[in-house]
Amino acid sequence: MYSQKVMENFANPKNVGVIEDADGIGTVGNPTCGDIMKMYLKIENDVITDAKFQTFGCAAAIASSSMATQMIKGKTIDEALTITNRQVIEALEGLPPKKIHCSVLAEEAIKLAIEDYRSKKKT
Amino acid sequence: MRRVYLDHAATTGVDRDVLEKMTPYFSDTFGNPNSLHSFGREAEKAVTSSRDAIAKLLGCKPNELYFTSGGTEADNWAIKGIYTAYKNKGNHIITTKIEHKAVLASCQRLQKDGAEITYLDVDKYGTVDLEQLKNSITDKTILVSVITANNEVGTIQPIAEIGRICKERGVLFHTDAVQAIGAVDIDVKRDNIDLLSLSAHKVYGPKGIGALYIRNGVKCDRYISGGSQERGMRAGTTNVPLIVGMAAAFEKAVLNSEENNKKLIRLRDELIQRIEAGIPNSYLNGHRINRLPNNVNFCFEFVEGESLLLMLDMQGIAVSSGSACTSGSLEPSHVLSAMGVPPEIAQSATRFTFGRENTMEDIDYVVECLKKNLMTLRAMSPLFKQEKGDAKHV
Ligand SMILES: Cc1ncc(COP(=O)(O)O)c(C=O)c1O
Ligand SMILES: [Zn+2]
Repeated sequence: MYSQKVMENFANPKNVGVIEDADGIGTVGNPTCGDIMKMYLKIENDVITDAKFQTFGCAAAIASSSMATQMIKGKTIDEALTITNRQVIEALEGLPPKKIHCSVLAEEAIKLAIEDYRSKKKT
Repeated sequence: MRRVYLDHAATTGVDRDVLEKMTPYFSDTFGNPNSLHSFGREAEKAVTSSRDAIAKLLGCKPNELYFTSGGTEADNWAIKGIYTAYKNKGNHIITTKIEHKAVLASCQRLQKDGAEITYLDVDKYGTVDLEQLKNSITDKTILVSVITANNEVGTIQPIAEIGRICKERGVLFHTDAVQAIGAVDIDVKRDNIDLLSLSAHKVYGPKGIGALYIRNGVKCDRYISGGSQERGMRAGTTNVPLIVGMAAAFEKAVLNSEENNKKLIRLRDELIQRIEAGIPNSYLNGHRINRLPNNVNFCFEFVEGESLLLMLDMQGIAVSSGSACTSGSLEPSHVLSAMGVPPEIAQSATRFTFGRENTMEDIDYVVECLKKNLMTLRAMSPLFKQEKGDAKHV
């Protein structure tokens, strides 16, 4: 059902955890409707220097979180904002159709975390 | 790697003795039981003795048994066949919220044809409410269908009492005994059962074969049209080897049930005890005593069932998860929902079902892996508030 790449990222997810002094945090999903993803970003001069996540969810959600955090590290926030769930799925060598929505969460969590960073910076 | 199969409620492997009994009927004694010649007669003899054997186990007459392609077909046939035959008398069917999909989907199909269906509630242990059953029966009620023992949480229903109520009120009673054969003592006459569904592959018989018991005197519409097999009720060339295998599997399951169940209950209760003692925020689903001997079902708060299943799978352990995050929104198990388990907890439901080959050592390994995996998944979960240094949290 899952690709080798998904299983690798599920079995050994990268960037699991919390960034205590995160510059941006984004949470998507809720426990009654399925997966929940919480994304923590460390940002210096608009460059993402660190990304960590906590995920409650299926293997697709965990693998997407792992892959998405790897993809945005070192990117500027503008570059990170262009990353779509399609690209995450591609990097994971595909997801079953029923699991596409789990990867959308990763894209949304990144966007929310960057929004959070920007709104904090303004004030 | 060690491999532990704990998904016997999904299916079992064919027992070697059963396989041996089936084997001659594939290539050697291959005749069609409907043929008049000696080849046919030899095959027919095997079918007759299989039918006799199963009838004896259930306490019915051989001509009350009809072979089907499995439990799903038996359930479909019972529900739809009774509705068609009795719809002029009434259009009301009573079932429960915790039936197998084969019964639920059949009822939902009939609703489109004008049937009225009452889905009985269950309590938090998954047991149906007999008062609600009594109050739901009207003069339009033709059938009550209640699963003997639930396939997810293992709760066993008070079948004999339901049979008595149905008999008193003059309505037919069907029960899906697919998970119950060998585990629950069943006697269709004593328990006033009018129709009963069976399947072979849950008790070390072959897949793709089952049976429907229909009490003599009950009108049930024929389900598959064609030849005259199964006394004109279920057409299709008789599957001789699988029928022989089913009879052999049922005999072994029922005749050794006391010994089998004693062993399974020891394993079941040990696993329940070890999880409850060693894993915080774990909740047993189903009834503690009125429960299938091989069934353990737990919710592990803060984790998602599929992730736990896949982690256990990487360690060689096969279990089943009650939930699946599919199609955009989570669909928690209909059984756990009916039992009042909140969706975010139901999402973590994990079913362990034991079989003959499991040992106490398997439990050691499973508990060890469970603890490790839950620690990993809970540490990853944003829902789990880690209290550092608090050993109580796994
Ligand atoms: C309670 C129950 N009823 C019916 C079925 C369906 O039986 P079969 O797989 O033989 O179609 C199953 C098994 O999945 C079951 O557990
Ligand atoms: Zn998911």
